[in-house]
Amino acid sequence: MRIVFKTSYDADIRLFKHKAQAFWYLLLFALAILLPFLIGDFLIGEATLVLIWAICGMGLMVLVGQTGQASLGHAAFMAVGAYSNVLYQEHFSMPFLLSFPLAGLTAGVAGALIAMPITKLHGIYLAIATLAISVLAEDLIVIMEPLTGGVSGLFAPDIEIFGFVFNRYGNPVELYWLVLGITLVIVYLYRNMLRSPLGRSFAAVRDSEVSAKAMGINVARTKMVAFAVSCFITGLGGALMGHFATIFTNETFNLIMSITLLLIIVVGGLGTIHGAFFGAIVFVMLPLVISLTRDALTVFADSGSVTIPGLESGLFGIILIGFILFEPMGIYGRWLKIRTYFELFPFYRKDMFRRQKSYLKTERTR
Amino acid sequence: MDILQLIVSGLANGCVYGLIALGFVLIYKATEAVNFAQGDFMMLGAFITLGFTNADHMDLPFWLSVILAIGIMGILGYLLDMIVLRRMFGQSQVAVVILTIALGFVIRFIAGLIWGHEPQSLESPLSGLELRFGGLVLGMDEVWVIIVTVALTALLYVFFARTKLGIGMQASSQNQLAAYYMGIPVKRIHSMIWALSGVVAAIAGILFASKGSIDPTAGLLGIKAFAAAVIGGFGSLPGALLGGIIVGLVEPFAARYMPAGYSQIFPYLILVVMLVVRPHGILSQIQTKKV
Repeated sequence: MRIVFKTSYDADIRLFKHKAQAFWYLLLFALAILLPFLIGDFLIGEATLVLIWAICGMGLMVLVGQTGQASLGHAAFMAVGAYSNVLYQEHFSMPFLLSFPLAGLTAGVAGALIAMPITKLHGIYLAIATLAISVLAEDLIVIMEPLTGGVSGLFAPDIEIFGFVFNRYGNPVELYWLVLGITLVIVYLYRNMLRSPLGRSFAAVRDSEVSAKAMGINVARTKMVAFAVSCFITGLGGALMGHFATIFTNETFNLIMSITLLLIIVVGGLGTIHGAFFGAIVFVMLPLVISLTRDALTVFADSGSVTIPGLESGLFGIILIGFILFEPMGIYGRWLKIRTYFELFPFYRKDMFRRQKSYLKTERTR
Repeated sequence: MDILQLIVSGLANGCVYGLIALGFVLIYKATEAVNFAQGDFMMLGAFITLGFTNADHMDLPFWLSVILAIGIMGILGYLLDMIVLRRMFGQSQVAVVILTIALGFVIRFIAGLIWGHEPQSLESPLSGLELRFGGLVLGMDEVWVIIVTVALTALLYVFFARTKLGIGMQASSQNQLAAYYMGIPVKRIHSMIWALSGVVAAIAGILFASKGSIDPTAGLLGIKAFAAAVIGGFGSLPGALLGGIIVGLVEPFAARYMPAGYSQIFPYLILVVMLVVRPHGILSQIQTKKV
C-alpha cells in the first residue's frame, strides 16, 4: 500500500496523487493512441462511438454525479448540439473548428435558460420536468421543419479541418484520433473544474443544499451553472454524434436516448469521470456481445439464427437493476473495492464501503 | 354536439391517464418513491388479461380473466417490492427512480417476448356497444372507463382518509422512523401499497385495452400520466384524476383546433408551465413547516 505523505496543500489538489498514478494514466493514453494499430476498422468505429457516448455521459455526470440533480432530458441538449453544429456549418458556412464549440455554447445557453425556472424543483419534480423537456424537444424538431428538416432529418457533412476531411467510412482512424483529442481536452477541463471552487460548490450542493447555503454558496446560481456546463459538454457530444451518424432526425435524440444516457452513468459509477467511460463501454459493447453470442450459439446448436427484438434494452435493464441492487457505485465502485482489497491485504473488511442509510421523511412538509 | 362528443372522448382518455396517475400517487403517498414503470405495469396488466381471454390464447371467460389478471398483478406488485425494492430501503429517491425505469425496460422486453410486438386488441364485451342520446354517441367502453375510474378514486380516497391501514400508509411515508416507533409494519405496508398499485394498473390496462389496441410500448403512455399527476398535485388522489381529465380534455381540443404537429405537445406544455408557476399542482399537498 502506498502512503502519500502530504507536505503541502497542493498535494490535495494535484491532478495526479503520485507518480505511479500519472504513469498508469500515461500508459492508458498511449494505448488509446495506438489502438488503431491493434484492432480493425469496424472496432475503431465502435471505439469512436464509445468516446462520443463517454463525452455525453460526462456532460450528464456534471449534473447528476457532481451536483446531484437528476435529468431525464439530456438527449434534448444533444439534439441542440447536433442541429446547431450542422446549421452553423450550412447557413453561415462556418468551419468545424468554429461551429463545434459554438454548438456546445448554444446547448449550454439553452440549458441555462431552461435551468432558470426548473432549478427551484427538487428530486422527482426535476426528473419529471426534464422528462417533459425531452418529449417537447422531439416535437419541436418536427415543428421547426424549415430549419431542422423535420422528420426527414438533417444530413451532417464530413468534418473538415484546414482542408483535411474526416469521414466515418473513409478514414475512421483519423476520426478516432480527432474524437480522442476532443475527449482528452474535455476530461482535462472536467478534472480541473472539479478542483476549482466551482466543482467544490457543486459537491456541496449535492451533499446538502442547506449546508451549502450556510457556507455562502448561491445554490440557485450553482445549479444553473451546473446545468450550463453539463449541457455544454453534452452538446459537444451531440454534435460529434451528429457527424458520426451522418444523418439524424427527430427520432435520433428521443426519450429513450435520454434515459439510456442516465443508465450509462449509473452503470459506470456516479460521480466519477471513469464511470462515464465504463458505462459507455458497456453500452456500446452490449450489442456486439449479443451478436457474437448469437453467432456462437447458431454454430453450436446448428439452428437458424434467432433474433429477439428488444433484447438489448431488456438486457441493459437487467444489468442496471443488478448494479443498483448489488453495486450502487457502479463498475468504478467495484474496481475501487477490488483495488482496496489488494492494497490493504489482508485487512480489507466487508463494510469498508458501506453507505449510511437514512430513514425517509416526507418532502411534502418543508 | 360536436364539442360534447369531444368532451366525452376526452373524459374517457383522461380517466385512463388518471388511473395510471393514481398508481404513481398511491406509491408516492405511502413510500415517497415514484414508480416510473407504472405505465409498463398497466401494459402488463392489459396483456395478462388479453392472454387469458383472447380466443387465440387461452380463451377464458372475460370476467374470470379480469379477476385473474387483477390478482396476478397484485401478487406481482407485492413480490416486486418484497424481492427488489425492499433492498433499496433507506437509499436515495433518485436511485429508486432509476431502478423503476430499468424495471420498465425489462417489463417491456418480457411482454414483447411473450405476446409479440404487434398491436393487439382485447376481446372485451365492453367494446363495440354504443349508447345513443339524441345525436350523441357514447361508446360503452368509454362510459365504463369513466364510471370505474371515479368509483375507484372515491374508494381509495376513503381508504386513505378513514381506514387504519390507509392512515398507517400515510404515516409510513411522512416519517418512517416515527412510524416504526408507533408499531406500524413499514416494510409490509410498502409491499401492500405496491400490490395495490399493481391492481390499479391492471384495471387501467384492461380499460385502456378495451378502448383500443395495445402493444408493449403502450407503457410510454405513463409519461402523459406523469403530466396528469403533477398538474393535479403529486400525492393527491383526487388531484391525479383531475390532472388526468385536464390532460385528456386538452388533447382532443388541441388536435381539433390547432395546426397538426402542435397538438401533442400541449400536455407537456401545460406540465412545464405548471411546474414553473405552481410546482406542487392544483391540489397541493405541500404544507410549509413553520420554524
